[in-house]
Amino acid sequence: MLKDQDRIFKNLYNDMGADVKSAQIRGDWVNTSELTAKGRDWIINEIKDSQLRGRGGAGFPTGLKWSFAPKEVGSRPHYLVINADESEPGTCKDRDILRFEPHKLIEGCLIASYAVQAHACYIYIRGEYFIEGQKLQSAIDEAYEKNLIGKNAAGTGWDLDIYIHYGAGAYICGEETALLESIEGKKGQPRLKPPFPALIGLYGCPTIINNVETIAVVPTILRRGGKWFSSLGREKNTGTKIFCISGNVNNPCNVEEEMNIPLKELIEVHAGGVVGGWENLQAVIPGGSSMPLIPKEKCETLTMDFDSLMAEKSGLGTAGIVVINNDQDIIKCMARIARFYKHESCGQCTPCREGSGWMWRMLERMAKGEATKDEVDMLGDVTNQIAGHTICAFGEGSSWPVQGLLRHFKKEIEKRNNLDPIVQKKNNIPYLVDQHLLDKKNA
Amino acid sequence: MPKLKVNDIEVEVEEGLTVLQACEKAGAEIPRFCYHEKLSIAGNCRMCLVEMEKSPKPIASCAMPAADGMNIKTNTPFVEKARKGVMEFLLANHPLDCPVCDQGGECDLQDQSMFYGVDKSRFKENKRAVPEKHMGPLIKTQMTRCIHCTRCVRFATEVAGVSELGAIGRGEDMQITTYLEQSMQSELSANVIDLCPVGALTSKPYVFEARPWELKKTETVDVMDAVGSNVRVDTYDWEVKRVLPIINEDINEEWISDKTRYACDGLLNQRLDTPFIKYNGKFEKASWSEVFKIIKSKFENSSNDKVCGFVGDLTNMETGYIFKEFFDRTLNNKNYDSRSDNRFLDISERENYIFNSSINGIEDADLIFLIGANPRYEATMLNARIRKAFVNNNTKVISLNDVGDLTYSYKNLDGQTQTIKTIFEGSEEISKEIISASKPMIIIGESLLKLHSAEHLFNIIKNFLKKNNKFTEDWNPLNILSCDAATVGNFDLGILNSELNLLEELKSNKFEIVYLIGQDNLEFNKKDEFVIYQGSHGDKGAEIADIILPGSAYTEQDGYFTNLEGKIQKAYKASYPPGEAKEDWQIINELAEVMNNRKLFNDKEELESSMFNYLKLQQEKRVTINKEKTTLEFQNEKLNIQLKEYYFSNVIARSSKTMIECNNSKLNIKSTGTEG
Amino acid sequence: MSLRRPAKNQPETFEFNSSSMEEANKIVLKYPEGKQQSAVMALLYIAQKQNDNWIPLAAMKYIAKFLDMPYIKVYEVATFYTMYNLSPVGKYFVQVCTTTPCMIRGANKLVEACKEKISDKENELSNDKSCSWMEVECLGACVNAPMMQINDNYYEDLDKEKATEIFDKILNGQNPKPGSYRGRLNAEPENNRKTLMDVKNA
Repeated sequence: MLKDQDRIFKNLYNDMGADVKSAQIRGDWVNTSELTAKGRDWIINEIKDSQLRGRGGAGFPTGLKWSFAPKEVGSRPHYLVINADESEPGTCKDRDILRFEPHKLIEGCLIASYAVQAHACYIYIRGEYFIEGQKLQSAIDEAYEKNLIGKNAAGTGWDLDIYIHYGAGAYICGEETALLESIEGKKGQPRLKPPFPALIGLYGCPTIINNVETIAVVPTILRRGGKWFSSLGREKNTGTKIFCISGNVNNPCNVEEEMNIPLKELIEVHAGGVVGGWENLQAVIPGGSSMPLIPKEKCETLTMDFDSLMAEKSGLGTAGIVVINNDQDIIKCMARIARFYKHESCGQCTPCREGSGWMWRMLERMAKGEATKDEVDMLGDVTNQIAGHTICAFGEGSSWPVQGLLRHFKKEIEKRNNLDPIVQKKNNIPYLVDQHLLDKKNA
Repeated sequence: MPKLKVNDIEVEVEEGLTVLQACEKAGAEIPRFCYHEKLSIAGNCRMCLVEMEKSPKPIASCAMPAADGMNIKTNTPFVEKARKGVMEFLLANHPLDCPVCDQGGECDLQDQSMFYGVDKSRFKENKRAVPEKHMGPLIKTQMTRCIHCTRCVRFATEVAGVSELGAIGRGEDMQITTYLEQSMQSELSANVIDLCPVGALTSKPYVFEARPWELKKTETVDVMDAVGSNVRVDTYDWEVKRVLPIINEDINEEWISDKTRYACDGLLNQRLDTPFIKYNGKFEKASWSEVFKIIKSKFENSSNDKVCGFVGDLTNMETGYIFKEFFDRTLNNKNYDSRSDNRFLDISERENYIFNSSINGIEDADLIFLIGANPRYEATMLNARIRKAFVNNNTKVISLNDVGDLTYSYKNLDGQTQTIKTIFEGSEEISKEIISASKPMIIIGESLLKLHSAEHLFNIIKNFLKKNNKFTEDWNPLNILSCDAATVGNFDLGILNSELNLLEELKSNKFEIVYLIGQDNLEFNKKDEFVIYQGSHGDKGAEIADIILPGSAYTEQDGYFTNLEGKIQKAYKASYPPGEAKEDWQIINELAEVMNNRKLFNDKEELESSMFNYLKLQQEKRVTINKEKTTLEFQNEKLNIQLKEYYFSNVIARSSKTMIECNNSKLNIKSTGTEG
Repeated sequence: MSLRRPAKNQPETFEFNSSSMEEANKIVLKYPEGKQQSAVMALLYIAQKQNDNWIPLAAMKYIAKFLDMPYIKVYEVATFYTMYNLSPVGKYFVQVCTTTPCMIRGANKLVEACKEKISDKENELSNDKSCSWMEVECLGACVNAPMMQINDNYYEDLDKEKATEIFDKILNGQNPKPGSYRGRLNAEPENNRKTLMDVKNA
C-alpha cells in the first residue's frame, strides 16, 4: 500500500477543508514562483522525467503534449483548457478534486499555463457538477483575492485568468475537440484531426487540453521532483492515481494508490471485498465503461496500469473500476452501457450514429434471449465496423465494451440465444422470421 | 508540392489539397456523401475511408491533407471492408422506398450501394422514422431518408449566407430542419436539393413528375437575370420539367437562383399559341396569313416614320438583330429601342454598359462599392460571389444605400447623390480608400442611371477612376449591373435610338403603329395606335395589342444572349414552340417576305453570320469614336433603388405558380435568422 | 431518448430580469471579444433558472439576439445538450442515474420509488405539480451509487426507503439534506478506511 506521505491528494475525503488556508498547510501555493523561476524548459523536462501520463483516459504523456505548444507566441494567444467533463460511467475522481483539492488544480493551472504560455485558462465542468463548480469558483475567487492568480499570479510575473465554463449534459464534450466546440458555443461535435488543438484549438488558437487530475498532480511533482514520481509504479506507468471502485463491493470508494497496484488488492483491501466474497466475482470493468471488461480468472493477478491492462486487451482508461458479481446479468449490464453510448452519441458521423443504437437494441434482445445464433457474430461485426471508422474515439469507446463481452462471455450469450435464424411457423417471435428464406422453404 | 503514392502510382499535388483530391488525380475514384468541393469539409459520412501506410485505422481521405511520402491504398480488402461497413450503417435506417422516391436514378446512395452494398439487410430492428419538415414551397422533405451529411446545412450557412438550416438533437435522433420549420428565405435555397445526396430534400414543384432517364437534357443558359447562369433544361416531350444548374466556374459556379430553377412552370401557362386579331375589343384566333396580310396593309397605309418598335427584356440577339434589320431595310426607319425607361446610356464605349471587372474578378477585388444596386435581388448569383469574396478574402463592401440584408455585412451611406459627388470629387475618406485599393470595384445599378443627374454622376465616377489610374491593363473598376438578360446584347446590337426620345414620343401618342417584341414594360396610354405584339406570353404587352404574333420562349429556340459581363452565350432549343407559335426570327423574316416578297435572310445561319459581322464592325467602329464629354448640370437627389418584384420580374416568372408561392412564403418576413 | 421537442404552450415573450441581465453581461466578459457566442450555454442556463427550470422558445430567440447569433444555432445547442429542459418540469426536478454502476447497486428501486411517489411516467408532473422525475445517464458519483440529483444537489448511497423518505420531504415542500444517506464521509470506504488515518483523526 502506498505510504500516506506519498499521497498527493491528502484531502481526498475532505478531512481538512478545501479553503486556501488549509490548502497552504498541505503545501499548496508554497513558493510557486520558485518553480516557475526555473523556466519553462525545466518544468516540461521535469514532467517528462516524471513520465506522467494523462489521467483522462488516453494516457498520453503530458510533458510531450506540452512540448507541442508553439515555442513562441505568435499573433494568436495560447489557451489552457482543463477537461472536468467527467462523465465516464464508473468514474468520479475529478469530482473530489474539484470539491476538496481545488487549489491543487488552480496552482497546476498556473504552472501549466506558464509552461505553455497561456494567459487564459478555461475549466470545462460538466453541468451536473454545479455544486462542485461553485466550490471551485469560490476557490478561484480566493486565489484572485490572495493574488495567487490574476496579474502577476503568485509572484511569478505571469498573468493568468481562470474561467469556468459549464457543460450541459453531453458525455461527448469530454472528447477534447468536442469540448472546444462546446466552449465556442456550438454543439459538442468532435472536430476532424489534423489539425490538432495544440496548433489550432480554441478559437483557432494553440490550445493545450488536460484532465483535472493530470494538472492537479503537477505542482506536487515539481516540488518533489520528477524522479520521485517516476519511482512510484513502474516504467512508463509511474506515479499515483486515484482509483474509483464502484459496483458490487462492500465499501465502494475513491482511493489514491500507486500505479501498477494489483486489482485484487484494491478490491480486497480498500473496497472491502466483493459482495458475496471473491468467489462471487464475475467480471471487472477496469477503467470506466469504455474499457473492455476482464473476467474473474484474470482478475486474480491483474495489475492496474496502462500497459498491463493493454496487454489484456483492455485499458486503464480513467481508472474507474466497476466490479460486477455473479448476482448480476452480465449481458444486461453491458446492454445498459450500450444504451448509455447510444444516448450520448453526438450523431455527427455515420458509424457511431447508426451503430450505437443498433448494438444496444441487439444486446437488449440478447439479454432477453430473443436473438438468433448468427446474430452473436453479427454483433461482433458491427462493433468492428464502428471501431476505428469514426471521427473521434467515441467509436472505440462504444464498441470496446461490447467486444469485451463477446470476447469473454460469448458462451453465455450463445447459451441464452440458441434460436435458429430460420424458424418456421414461429410468428410469435417477430425478429426471428427471415421472411425471405421462409417463403422459399414453404414454396 | 507534396508527392505521394496512391495505389503505387506517384502523384504530385498542390499544397493544401486533400488525400481525396490526390486519389482522384491518380485516377482512383473515392465514394463520398458529405464531401463537396464548394463546401467546407465535414468528414462525417466516413464513406471515403482509405488505407494509409503506418496508420492502423483507415483515414477519411476528404479531411486528411495530402502530405509528402504518404502511401495510400484505395483498392485493398481492408478499404473495401471499411466502406461496406459504412454503407451498411447508412442503409440500416434508410427506408426501402426507392420506387416512390424522386431521387431514384440520380441518387448517390443508390449508385454507391451498387458497389458497396449487400443485397440483404442484417438490420432486424425497426427502422427510424423521422417526421417531414416544412421548408417552404420549393423543398419537399422526407427526412427519414436523410443520411445526415449536413451538406444542406453547410450550403445555407456558407454559400447562401443565411444560416437557417441546422441539425437539432443528437445521436440517432439528430434531425435537419429550419428554425421551427419556417420557409427558407434564401434565394438560393433550392440548391440544397441538388446537394442532397439522397431523397431527403427533393423538388416540391417537380414531385413525381418524371424519372431522370425519361427526360431529354439540353444544356443552355438562363434568362431570368443578366448573369447568364448555365443551366440544363430537362424536358419531357414539349414540357419543360425542370431546370438544373451546370457548372460554369466563371459565372454561376454550380448554383442557380430559385427563380432560374423554378420559373420554368411559367413556360406552361399564359402561352400565346396561335395568332390573334382584336375585333371590337375581343381577341379572335386567326391564321398566320391573315395576320400578315393585315399587318402589311397597315404598314402600307401609314408613313414609315409613324412606325416604332420596342424589343423586350428576354429577347435573344438574333431576334433583336433581325428586328433591327426589318426596320433598317424593310421599313427604312430607325424608330426602335430596347429601353423601357429613360436611362442614361453612352454606347460609344462598350465599357460604359457592361460589368467590366467580370464576375470572377469579384474574388480579386479589394473594395466593392455598390451605387444604386441591390445585387441580392438584381443578380442573385453575382451576389453569391460577392459573399464568397467577403467570406474568403474579407473584402470590404460599401453601399450608398441601406439595402437590407445582402448576406454579408457592408457599410452603408446616406443614399444621396451629393454623397456620390463628394466621394468622387476626392474629398472623402472613402475616396482615399478607393484610391489606395489596388482592385476596386464600383458597381453601378440601373437605378442610378435613371436619375436626372445620371450622366453627370457617371462621368465624374469614371473620370475619378481614370484620374487615379484605376483602369489598368488587367483591371477595369467600372461595372454596370444590368438586370435583364437581353440588355447588354441589345446595346451591343445598337438597338436604341439616340436621336429621338422614342418613349416620350410614344407617350405623346405620335406613332400610328407600335411593334412590340416581348416588350411588356412600356408605360403609355394607348390611343389610336395599332399595336402588334410578338411574344410568348399573354401579359401586359399582349393586353394592349391589336394583333398578336405567337413567338417562342428561351427554351424553344436557339438564340444568343450576352450576359452583363459582355460574355456571349448560346441558349439552345430544348423544346419547341406550342401550337401555331413560331421562332421569333422566323416570324419577322416571314413578315418581311410578305411585305417585300423577299426574306431578309435565307436561313438562320445567314442571320447568325450577318449578326456576328455586324457585332465585329460595331466593335471596331467604337474604338475610333472619341466623344467630347459633356458635363450636365447636377442636382442632389435621393437615390431610390427601384426593384422589380423579385419573383415577378419578367413574363415567364409572372406566369409561374411556383413564383407566386415563393412570393407568398416571404411576405412580411425579413431576410435573416437574426431579425425579429 | 427521442428528439426532445419544445413544449406546446409557449409564452409569447421572454426577457432577462435585472439580475439575469447582470449575470449575463458578466458571463459574456469571460470570453474574448467577438466570441460572445461562447456564452450561449451559460445564458440558456440563466434563462432556464429565471423561467422555472425550463427554456421557452422566446428565450432562445432573445438569447440569439443578445449574442448576435442565428436562431437555429441557439436551437441546435438547446436541443443537443440534455440539461436544457424544453418543456416545464417540476419545481423539484428529480434525476435518477440508472447507468450500469448505479444499476447494479439497485437504481431500479429508486425508479420504482419515483413511480410510486411522484408519477407513473417520466417527465410527468406529480399530482401537486411540484415534482417530476426522469432517468438520466451517469451523473459521475459512481462510488456513492445508487444516487440521484434533485435540482442542483446530489443524494447519494440511497435505497428505496431512503429515496421514498426524500420524496416525502420534497412533496411537503422541504429541502432534504444532500449528500450520503448512509452517513459516510464523501467517497471514503465506509468503515474500512486504511489511508490518511492521521488526518482523519487529527
